[in-house]
Amino acid sequence: MDPIYQSLAAIVDAEHVSDRPEELYIYSFDLGTAEPHRPDYVVSPVTAGQIQEIVRLANRENIPVVPLGGGMSLAGLAVPLKGGILLDLKRMDRIIEVNEKGRYAVLECGVSQGQLTSYLERHHPHLTHSEPGAPPAATIVGNVVIHGQGDLAQPYGFNSDMVNGLEVVLPTGEVCCFGSCAIGARWFTNHPLPDVGLFLGWCGTTGIITKLSIRLLPAKRIRGVGRFVVDDEELVPEIVYRLTHTQMAEDIIAFSSAIPPFASMLQHFTVNIAADSEKELEMKQEIIWDDTLGEYIQKGDGAYLGFTRALERPQISKTSDYKKGGGFEYVGSIMPIEKYPECYQKGREISERHDIPYTVTGRCIGAAHSMMFAWTYAFNRADPETIKGARNALHETDRLVLELGGVIWKPGTYGQKLVLERLDPNTRELMKKIKGLLDPKGIMNPGNWEIP
Amino acid sequence: MYELKFDPDLCLGCSTQACLAKCQYIEIDRETAQEEILKIARGEDSFVLHECATCYACEEYCTFGNHPFYLIAEKQEARGISPVPRPLIQRAVNIGIPFRGRPEIKEINSPVLNIGAFSELTHLIQGKLFEGIAAISTDERKMFHFFCQLMYLHYGRDSIIKERLPGIIETIAKYKPTEVICFHDECYGAYTSYSSAHGIDVPFKPVHFYEYLYNRLVELKDMIRPLNLKVAYQRPCSSRLSPDKHLFVGRIFDLIGAESVKREFVDENALCCAGAIEGQKREGSRKRAAMQQKRNIEDMQKAGAEVCVFNCPACFQTLGGMVARNGIKPVHMSDLCRLAIGETPEGWR
Amino acid sequence: MALKDFEYGDTIHRCFRCGYCKFPVNWIDVNNCPPYARFRMETYSCGGRLWLARAWLNEQVDWTEHLAEILYSCTTCRNCEVKCPLRFNIDIVNMVVAARSEMVEAGRLPPAVKNFLQNIELYGNPYGTGRKSRSSWAEGTGTEQYNGHEYLLYVGCAGSYDARARQSAQALAQILRRAGVSFGVLGSEENCDGNEVQKLGEQGLFEVLAQDNIARFKELGVKKIITLSPHAFNAFKNHYPAYGGDFSVFHYTHIVSGLLETGRIEFSNGIHSKVAYHDPCFLGRWNDEYEMPRGILKAVPGADLVEMEKNRDGALCCGGGGGNFQIDLLGGSENSPARRRVREAYETGAAILAVACPKCLIMLEDAVKAEGIEEKLLVMDISEIVAKTCGIEDYTS
Repeated sequence: MDPIYQSLAAIVDAEHVSDRPEELYIYSFDLGTAEPHRPDYVVSPVTAGQIQEIVRLANRENIPVVPLGGGMSLAGLAVPLKGGILLDLKRMDRIIEVNEKGRYAVLECGVSQGQLTSYLERHHPHLTHSEPGAPPAATIVGNVVIHGQGDLAQPYGFNSDMVNGLEVVLPTGEVCCFGSCAIGARWFTNHPLPDVGLFLGWCGTTGIITKLSIRLLPAKRIRGVGRFVVDDEELVPEIVYRLTHTQMAEDIIAFSSAIPPFASMLQHFTVNIAADSEKELEMKQEIIWDDTLGEYIQKGDGAYLGFTRALERPQISKTSDYKKGGGFEYVGSIMPIEKYPECYQKGREISERHDIPYTVTGRCIGAAHSMMFAWTYAFNRADPETIKGARNALHETDRLVLELGGVIWKPGTYGQKLVLERLDPNTRELMKKIKGLLDPKGIMNPGNWEIP
Repeated sequence: MYELKFDPDLCLGCSTQACLAKCQYIEIDRETAQEEILKIARGEDSFVLHECATCYACEEYCTFGNHPFYLIAEKQEARGISPVPRPLIQRAVNIGIPFRGRPEIKEINSPVLNIGAFSELTHLIQGKLFEGIAAISTDERKMFHFFCQLMYLHYGRDSIIKERLPGIIETIAKYKPTEVICFHDECYGAYTSYSSAHGIDVPFKPVHFYEYLYNRLVELKDMIRPLNLKVAYQRPCSSRLSPDKHLFVGRIFDLIGAESVKREFVDENALCCAGAIEGQKREGSRKRAAMQQKRNIEDMQKAGAEVCVFNCPACFQTLGGMVARNGIKPVHMSDLCRLAIGETPEGWR
Repeated sequence: MALKDFEYGDTIHRCFRCGYCKFPVNWIDVNNCPPYARFRMETYSCGGRLWLARAWLNEQVDWTEHLAEILYSCTTCRNCEVKCPLRFNIDIVNMVVAARSEMVEAGRLPPAVKNFLQNIELYGNPYGTGRKSRSSWAEGTGTEQYNGHEYLLYVGCAGSYDARARQSAQALAQILRRAGVSFGVLGSEENCDGNEVQKLGEQGLFEVLAQDNIARFKELGVKKIITLSPHAFNAFKNHYPAYGGDFSVFHYTHIVSGLLETGRIEFSNGIHSKVAYHDPCFLGRWNDEYEMPRGILKAVPGADLVEMEKNRDGALCCGGGGGNFQIDLLGGSENSPARRRVREAYETGAAILAVACPKCLIMLEDAVKAEGIEEKLLVMDISEIVAKTCGIEDYTS
C-alpha cells in the first residue's frame, strides 16, 4: 500500500482521498482548452489543520500541491502540471460571519459565489457582494485570488480590492493571518503590514488561502438593467467615461457578438441601476439616459432599449453550448478603456480567421480606470480540431493584449511566459526571491509563474 | 414591386382629416392636416413625418381605408427619416434574421394556429380552448421564419416588410392550412390590412385570434362560469389594423362575465403601451413614454379595474410589471378565457 | 460499445461541468445532488458522472467497480435537469440510464446492483423475500383481493415487505376502507412495477415486468390504479403507456385529498405541531405534484405546515432513488442525503416530518435514528397522519 496514500488518508479520511483512475481523470481537466495532466492524489480536506499536515507531508516528500477551488479559471490554473496532490478545497464551505455594520463577511475558502449570493439575499438583504460572471459554483476565494471582477466592479474595483484579511497556510506549513485580524482585531480592514498581496494573483504558488474576509456592498431594493446600443465602437470609451462620471450606475458592460444576429456589429451596453425608491430610480435614469446619453439618442447615434427590473443572480451563462460543443475559453485582459475599439476590431479579425463566431465583452472597473476585456472562443469538446483552433486563437489573442498595451488577466502558462518575458528584470528577480522564500522546495502549483 | 394603394384624391375630398386631426400625439387642425397629408403623398417633408409616434391609430381613424400610416411609414423611409436611432434600426433588422436552420414543414390541411415570433409563449395556448388545433412556429429557434415583419413600421423600414413578408407567407402556405388563426394581432394585420394595401397575395384565410376565441367559447358555453371580474383592456397598436375585429373584445368579455370598466382611454381613444416610443430619437421620448404609461394605468385604476387584459406580448412585456406594481393583475386574453371555463393557467394566483 | 453508437453519443460531451446542477433552485448550498452531497468529490457530481461515462464509452478509462459505483450512485432525482441551463438538460437522467444499460449489457455491475436486479427477476422484489409473504402486510386490515373493484391499490415492493413501510400501506388501506372506496389488491400476485429497474438500466427486465403487469391488469379488468409509491405512479403513468398500459393512475394523495374534500373521511382530532413536508422526487420533480399533499397537511386540524428551505423542485432527494433504498451506495456518513435532509427538517422546528413515499419513509426514519433525534422528530407518511387524525387507529393489528 502506497505510504503517501496512507498518510493522506490518515490526515483526512479514506473517503476523501483518492488515487483511483476515475478521480485522477476528472481532476486532470480544466474546462477550457488546457491539456489535462493527472494528479497522483486527490484530497479533499475540511480544516486548515488538515491542509497544514498535507503541506508538511508534501514538503518532506517533495510532492507538488495544487489547490483547487471551483475550477472555473478557464486558464488551466489548477491543472496539476507536475502531478502531485490536488487539493479540492470546496468542502471548506462555511460562512463564518457576516458583519452588517462593518459590511464584511468572513468565509472559508470553499464558499461558492451562489452560496454567498443566496445567503445574503435571505439573511442580509441590504448587503451584497460583487458577483462575477462565472458559474455560481466558482468560489469567492478563487475569484479573489485571480483578481476577478464582478457586477459591482464599477464603482468598487477588483474583487481583490475588497479583501480585509486572509488566513493562509504557507507552503512550509505555518498558518498566518493578514489584515486587521492579524493583530487580534475583527476582520474589518486590511492592515498596512504585511500585505495580503503576497497571495493575490499568485495562483496558489505562494500558499493556500483558507479564510477570507471580503467587503460587502450596499444592496438596494430595486435593482435592474438598462440597455443601450451604438453602431460605432469608437463611441464606447467616451460613453463609458461619461457614465462613470455620473456616479449613478453600478455594473457597466459593453459587448458585441456575431451570434445572435441582433448583436452583430453593434456595441450593446448593459448598465445596472439600483435604487431604494421610484424617485431615486427615476432620478438616476434621468441623469443616465436623458442628461448623459440624450445627445447620442437625439443625434441618432445611440438608442435606449429600456430598463428591466430584476437582476438575474446568480447569473446564468449558456456560452458553453453556443457550438453545441460543451466548451469555450476566453482571454481576459485588463485594458485601458480607450482601447475598446481596437480590441473589438482585432478580436473580430482573429475570430473570423479561426472560423469562430466572435464574442467580445468589456466590463468597466472602478471609475473607468480600466476594463476587463474578454475575447471568447467556443469549441466542440468532441472535436479535437476545434479545441486546437480555439487554443491557437487564444494564444494569438494573448499576444494581441500585450501589443495593444494591456495586461493579460489570469494568464495560463502560455500567457505567463509572454508576461515574464516583458516583466521588469528586477521585479522578476524579486518575484523569484519571494517565491523561493515562501516555497523553498517549489511544491506549490509548479509549472505556473515559474521564473527560470 | 409591391406598391401602396393610396389615393390622394380621397384625402382631397375628405371633410374630417380624421387621420391627423384625431392623432393623440400631434396637435393639428383640419386644414393643416390636409396640407400635411398631401405634402407627404407628394414625397415632400412634413413635421408629421418627424413627430409621428408610430401608434398605427390613423389607419383606423381614416374613414376611407386610405392607409395614412402605411403612407407615413413609406415616406419616412424614402426621406431617410427614422423615428428611432440608427443602431436600433440595424438591431431590429438583424433580429428578424433566422439563423438556426429551417423549420420542418408538414402539410396539415386543416386550421392552423400560427404563433409567429412568440414561440416561447406556447403556455398561452393550452387547454380546451385550443384542443385539436395544430400550432405552427412552436420552435423558438425557427420562429423568425414565421415573423410577420410588421414591427418595422416602428423603425421607418417599410421596405424590409415588402422584402421579407412574401417569403413568410410562402412558408406558412406550405403547411396547406385551411385557415390560419393568428396568435398575434399584428400577424393578422399583416395578412389582411397590410397585404391587401400593397397587393401582396395571401393564399390562406387569416382568422383573428379573438374571433377564434369567441367562437370556441360559444362552443364551450356550458363550461363557462361568469368571472365577475372588473377588467381593463390594453388595446395594442396592431389592433388599429383590424378595427372590424375589435368588437370581439367586448363580446368575449360579455360571454365570460368580465365587466369592462368605464375608462377614458378606450376603443378609439386607447393609449398604446408606449413601448415603441420609449426608444425614439425625439428629445424627451423616454419620459414621454413613462408619462403615457402612467396616465394609462391611472385611468385603469380610476375606473376600478382589477385585471388588465393584454392582447399583445410586447405590450405585456412593456406594461405588465408596471400594471402589477399598481395593484392590477396583468393577464393575457387567452388565459382569462381559460379561467372562465374553469381551467387554471400557469402562474395565475 | 463505442461512443458513436451510444444513444446520446453526440450530446453527452455538451456538459461543461459548470456545476449549476449541484445547487437547489434557491442556490443555498452545493449539496442538492445526492451523490455529490455524500462524497463531495467531482467524480460524483452530475458533470463528473457524465464526463466519466463518456470517457468509459470512448475507451479513455477502463471499467472498475469504483466507476460503476459512481454511475450507480445517481438517485435519478432530476435536480440536475431542473438546474442545468443548457438545452440538452431534458436528457441528463436518460444519459445516465443509457450508460447504465451499457454496463448491464456488458454484465459489469456493482454486486449490490446485480443482487437487486436478480432478486426482482426471481422474486418480484429487490429484497429476495418469497412471493408468498408479499400479501402479509394486509392481514387484519380487511383488504380484499382485487376482483373487478373500481380501483386496484398497487402497494409495491417496499410497502409490501419493509417493516416500516408496511405501516403506511396498512394506514392507506384502512383509510380507503373507512371511506368506502371500492378497491382491491393483488396480494402475493403483485409483481414489481419496474421503475427502479428501468432507472438502473435493465431495460430488458423492465419490459418483461411492464408487459406482464399490463397483461395481468388487463386480464383482471383493471381501469384505475392507486399507488402507494410515487415510483410506481411514475412507472404506470409515464412508462407503461408505451407498452399498451392505458390506465388511469393516481398517487394516493390525489385520492385521499378528494375523500377529505367530499367528506367521505373526516378529521376527528388534530396533531398540534409543526409539520414539514418532504417532496418525493417521483411525485415532485418527475410529475410536478407539489401542492396536493400540502393541501392535505394544511387541512389537518392543528397542523402548522412549515417549509424546509429546500422545498418543491428544490427539495433534497432522500437518496433512496435508483434502487438506493436497498442498494445503499450513499449511506454510512453524516453527509448522506438522508441525514442532511432530516437535519434540514429539524432546523425548521418541526416535530413531524411528513412524507408521501415508502422509500422516503424508510430512508428518512433511518436517518433520524442515525442522527439520534428520534425523540425530537417523528417521520410519518401522510397516510399515517390522515389515518391517525381521522380516528382510523386499527391498522396496526
